[in-house]
Amino acid sequence: MAVEQSDAQLVSRCREGDDGAWNEFVERFSRYVYAICSRGFRLAQHDAEDVFQEVFARAYERLTELRSDDAVRPWLAQLTRRLCIDRLRLLARDTPSDTEPDEREADEVLTTLDDAMDVRSALDKVGDPCREILDRFFCRDESYRTIGEALDIPAGTIASRISRCLEKVRVEFDGRDRGSRPS
Amino acid sequence: MNVFDEEQIGRLLRLLPPAPEGWVRAAQELPAARATLDELVVRAEQDAAFRLQLQADLERAVAAAGFEPSPYVVSRLRQLLKAD
Repeated sequence: MAVEQSDAQLVSRCREGDDGAWNEFVERFSRYVYAICSRGFRLAQHDAEDVFQEVFARAYERLTELRSDDAVRPWLAQLTRRLCIDRLRLLARDTPSDTEPDEREADEVLTTLDDAMDVRSALDKVGDPCREILDRFFCRDESYRTIGEALDIPAGTIASRISRCLEKVRVEFDGRDRGSRPS
Repeated sequence: MNVFDEEQIGRLLRLLPPAPEGWVRAAQELPAARATLDELVVRAEQDAAFRLQLQADLERAVAAAGFEPSPYVVSRLRQLLKAD
């Protein structure tokens, strides 16, 4: 099982000026920020890119202002949410046919994305090869054949591997749930 | 915390595709861009001619000074010049 640093540990390393930690930080949260822009607020690709870069620029500049290192994910979510809304309002002002953002609908998506990040975190804990297989299949939409060729495993065994890996993630996820409850 | 079955886990994983590589790389290069920005700001404070060049054509002045006019550097410099 892979040893994953907590969000708080990662933020702490970033504060110390560790550039490697910043790379990991971007790697860890880039999907989340991207999904909020593109799924939550349905920004067009070029608008999503601007918001994405601005989120990480502000995160880099203001990480020291974060009150609790554990709260980095909701902090990033709020930052992204605010910048997406600003962008949509600007677009609506420039092009009257564009509608104002539906914040309630976006917030429902954000809640689901938060669940997705929890599952992703469990997947990171499970580590490779499951992480690689599930990421290729679910997140990159690769076929059994492509996955088989890339990982040098028979394509006919991919489905059963995916199934076993999903079970591992579920067990890891349930374990975290139990671990977080008071005894 | 919620409890999910395998099917739900697959569905949730699908919601988080990777961000475009170029976006991720640009965000990872922020520490270097920040160092560039700091250097340019010091130079602009000390060199009035350079400050005028920045005001006239920011991207060109940054490139002429030997730095990459990345979107981060350009946008932050623009904000600083506007605030002056």
